[in-house]
Amino acid sequence: MYDLLIVAAILACAFQAVRGTRLLIAALWLAGASALTALMMYRLGAPEVAVIELSVGAGLVTVLFVFAINIAGEEPPVTLRSLVPAPLAWIAALGAVALGAWMAIPNLRAEAGLVQPDRFATVLWEQRRLDVLLQIVLIIGGVLAVLGLLSEGRSHARKENH
Amino acid sequence: MSLSLPLLSAVAVLGLLGIGLLGLLVTRNLIKVVVGMQVLVKGAMLALVLAGKLSGQIQTGQTLALTVIVADTIVSVVALAFAVQVRRQFGTLDLQALSTLRR
Repeated sequence: MYDLLIVAAILACAFQAVRGTRLLIAALWLAGASALTALMMYRLGAPEVAVIELSVGAGLVTVLFVFAINIAGEEPPVTLRSLVPAPLAWIAALGAVALGAWMAIPNLRAEAGLVQPDRFATVLWEQRRLDVLLQIVLIIGGVLAVLGLLSEGRSHARKENH
Repeated sequence: MSLSLPLLSAVAVLGLLGIGLLGLLVTRNLIKVVVGMQVLVKGAMLALVLAGKLSGQIQTGQTLALTVIVADTIVSVVALAFAVQVRRQFGTLDLQALSTLRR
């Protein structure tokens, strides 16, 4: 019952985040969906990644969204016609969900896996070193990309002032 | 079939993927595109943790979910910086208006 409520709340928050016209409200609904997803991960027995998702997904990303919306400014929430007709988009989304359910739900059987170390850190730092390296490269690349994007804006503004 | 935790998690995964896809298809605002992508990726992360639990390799599922969290956050940060610059340069976040590529 408790898990059913969590799943319903996750889907409600995610739908409100996608459906809302105000960007700031959408960012807050997304934060709610992130926090509840982290709770679901904890319920599945993944507390380490749940904590990271809670701090990064519900915390850091939300702050970045609010920061970006403040800088870019809220556009007036006009009801624009979507690029893809709404009925077609609904059919595509529901079709994808139905296909996923048809493939995944009958196969939800627990299987005996490999014997793994009990500690998350052991797997992360010893067995998945390449993943850690990839994450470091991604973070450095991301920081450089953001600095490049924002500094280009500053130099452009300087040119306009002269 | 009873409402077990794996089944409910699978429903959450499928729901998040569907809602994220719907968001990507119907939105015309650049920042809302990032919101839709975030919703989609949350479904992927939950799917990795669920797969780890079902296969008895929860730690591997967690490490893969962590990689996805890092990648998703970086993509979101770069996309938001891009959206801010687009708004400064073109004065709008509407994808329809931006597709003309005229200032």
